[in-house]
Formats: sequence, structure tokens, C-alpha cells
Amino acid sequence: MTDLKRTCLHGLHLSLGAKMVPFAGYEMPVQYPMGVMGEHQHTRAQAGLFDVSHMGQIILGARGAPEALETLVPVDVLGLAEGRQRYALFTNDAGGILDDLMIANRGDHLFLVVNAACKAADTEHLMAHVPGVEPVTDRALLALQGPAAEAALARLVPRVSEMRFMDVGTHVWTDVELWISRSGYTGEDGFEISIPEERAETFARALLDMDEVAPIGLGARDSLRLEAGLCLYGHDIDTTTTPVEAGLNWAIQKVRRKGGDREGGFPGADRILSELVGGAARRRVGLRPEGRAPMREGTALFAAEDAAEPVGAVTSGGFGPSVGAPIAMGYVPPGQAAPDTLLFGEVRGKRLPARVTPLPFQPTTYRK
Amino acid sequence: MKFTEEHEWLRVEGDLVVVGITEHAAEQLGDVVFVELPEVEAQFAKGDEVCVIESVKAASDILAPVEGEIVEVNEALSENPGLVNEDAQGDAWFFKMKIDDLSVLDTFMSEDEYKDFIA
Repeated sequence: MTDLKRTCLHGLHLSLGAKMVPFAGYEMPVQYPMGVMGEHQHTRAQAGLFDVSHMGQIILGARGAPEALETLVPVDVLGLAEGRQRYALFTNDAGGILDDLMIANRGDHLFLVVNAACKAADTEHLMAHVPGVEPVTDRALLALQGPAAEAALARLVPRVSEMRFMDVGTHVWTDVELWISRSGYTGEDGFEISIPEERAETFARALLDMDEVAPIGLGARDSLRLEAGLCLYGHDIDTTTTPVEAGLNWAIQKVRRKGGDREGGFPGADRILSELVGGAARRRVGLRPEGRAPMREGTALFAAEDAAEPVGAVTSGGFGPSVGAPIAMGYVPPGQAAPDTLLFGEVRGKRLPARVTPLPFQPTTYRK
Repeated sequence: MKFTEEHEWLRVEGDLVVVGITEHAAEQLGDVVFVELPEVEAQFAKGDEVCVIESVKAASDILAPVEGEIVEVNEALSENPGLVNEDAQGDAWFFKMKIDDLSVLDTFMSEDEYKDFIA
């Protein structure tokens, strides 16, 4: 793994016994000795600490940046209140998704968090269209997720208890600034914390010293987000999927839709806006295989056990530890997208039944 | 008990061979969530795919270590795949096979040889 980058918490992961794997150009912990299943359950029951420092943190601090950013995303950036965060998508001219990201209004600037695998391309894309793009290269990013996350973090930063879902704020811990959002990607209540690299390990260890907090790797991060029905870029969404196909209509506020004050004006608007009205040719759905065999990414989906041609495919699939059964997401035509529709996934040459299921698989517990 | 390079263990029980995966293999796989067992009376040639094991991470196979016929499968694994992680070299056997010549087992590794193999 010599060509791989490391986060500033690499030494911490090794000291915790992590199994490291290549991920998006980084050497990252896939699991710790507790194991994927245990880490998943721990996060749902108590609190899990994730190193997500491989993700891109970007500041847009110039005047005019929010207006410029709106030319790249189908999202209401101008209407995002100070101290609030919002999910967004970079789209391309065909209406496909270049990346998904979080946008926070931190008063005198916007703060973006983008996917690790896309951050170089996103930064280039932003620099071509938005003034004053400043990649943040000296801060780690941690996520603390689960029902005990608030109690744990509040021991170090008491005021986080005042935050609600999708709030962002600056807090001081010892003598450093933490940029904290009440959000995450597990379906649980929790926080993401941007911290100067040189203090990240001390901060992480202070959290890990608490009984409720355990380190969680990428394996459980994936099963947690899948149960929460959240898309993983490069799998459930990519340049070949539109926001409407992906069922991300909720991320496109009225003001950017047909008839809105700032209708369109983002790449792929023609297609995306017409799909918002008339529907898309396929939809992302949740799937519950009826047996115990997981249906992994790439599993072909058929409308009937003896159908000749598939109607779609699984884009994420595995075992849901909290659901206690295999779960999957995939794309199918609207005619097969209604809940309870019976489909067949081809696993090792066998057509196995699976039912379309509303998302999320696991109820979310955000503090709204 | 004998061991294969594919991380299976083989144990003679009367004129049958009992087959499972090693503790080392179970640890590498991570939490097992699904096991697909063969049909009883199915015939397999050496190297055929006999079982599928799905862990939280990925799917993998058990290949037939020798040629033979399946005479019994461990149904407990269908109900409780996690048994593979709890007791890989004991209760979590996968299948029992009837083979023509038990002496073929002599060609596999001893426990010490297997330990060296995975070291």
C-alpha cells in the first residue's frame, strides 16, 4: 500500500488493531477487532467514532460564491440559513451526478464536504466556476454517530446539546476551533467534527476513552448507510444516474424547480426538471431478498423468475445487521418500483425472490 | 485433522470425511451471514464448488478437497451462519463426504504444517 495516502489518524488506527485497506486512494480502517457486525450494532446502540478525514473539505469564501455554486447544483444555496447545512449534488450536462456533498453556511463562507474519490475533480470543477475556492488540507474530519453521541461529545463540547439535525457551528475545545455539524451518514443522530490535524488524535482518544464510544471502520459504515437507505457515490449514484432516478427529489428545493424564482440554471436542468414533473425511466428502490442469501452489487434483477431480460440491477447489497436480514438497493423501471413488487435477483445462476421495500430499512433517529 | 491450502479442515469419521473451514479462514472472512449447503447425495469432483459462504464483506466458496458424495450437511449453519465464527473447527462443520480411498487424506497438511503455511 505504498502509493496510498494516510490520514493523520493512521497511527491511531494501527494502535487500535485496525485492518487497513485501500479506499479512494487512502489506506483506511475497514474494521477493528470488534468486527463489522459488532461495530455496526455498537453504533446503533451507543456511539461509533469514524475517521472520515479522507473526505474533501473545501471553503468557498469569496463574495458571489453562493450564486456561483448554484450554477453547479440543483439546490437552494442562497436560501440556506447561516448555521445550517444541506445535502447537495454536483450534476453534469446530461443530468447525471458528479458527486454528492454537504454544503454548510458558516456565516462569512460556505463549507463543503465532498467524497474522497471525487475531491480532486470536484475542486477542479469548483475552481472553474466559483471564485475563492480554498481546499482545507490541514484539518481532520471525524464522525461520531449513535444514540450516545450527544452525551459523549457534550463532555468535551457542552454546547453541542443545543444543536439540532443539520445545524453547524464553531465550537472551541481546549484552544482549537472545531467545526461541528449535527449530521452524518448512518441514519443515527450524530455529529461530524472538523478539527486541526495536530489535535485530532488527542481529541479522538478523549472520545474513545469513554465507555460508549468505539472506533468503527468502513465495513460498518457501509452497512449502516445501506440500512439508512443512503446512496454511496460510485455505486448507487454516478454520472449515469440522475437525481430523480436516484429518488433524491427531496434534495431539489422548490425555488430551483419549474416555476421557482431561480428555476434551473444548473447542469442538466432540462432533463432533471422534466423528470421531476414527469418521472424518470427508472427508480432507485429498496429490496428485501426473501431468503438469507445477500444480493450484492451487480446482481441482475428480473420481473419474473423465467424472464429473459433483466429489468435492472442491484447497486448496493449485503446483510443488514440491525434488520437481521439481507438488504439491497437497485434500479428498476417505474412499473416495478412500487412497494411489495416481487422481483427476482440472479445469484450464482439462481433466480431468488426479493420484494421492493420502502427506504430506509432502519428508521432514522435524527434530532430534528 | 488434516488441512488444505484452501483453508479447509478434514476429519475422518468412520468411512466419512467431515469438512469445515479453519479458524484462520473464519477470522479472515469476518462475520458469516449466509451459508449455502450442497444437496445430500450430490457428487463432486476435486475442486468443484460445494458451498458458498457469505460474510459481511464478500462471498467465497468451499471447494471439494477430494472427489466424493455428500452424505450429510450441517443444517444448523443455515439457521445460524454465525456458528462459523464461533466454532469453526468444531460444531461448524459444513458437510460429510463419502470417498473411495481415505488414504488420499495423507496428502494434506498436518496442523503444524498448516500453522506454518498461514504464518
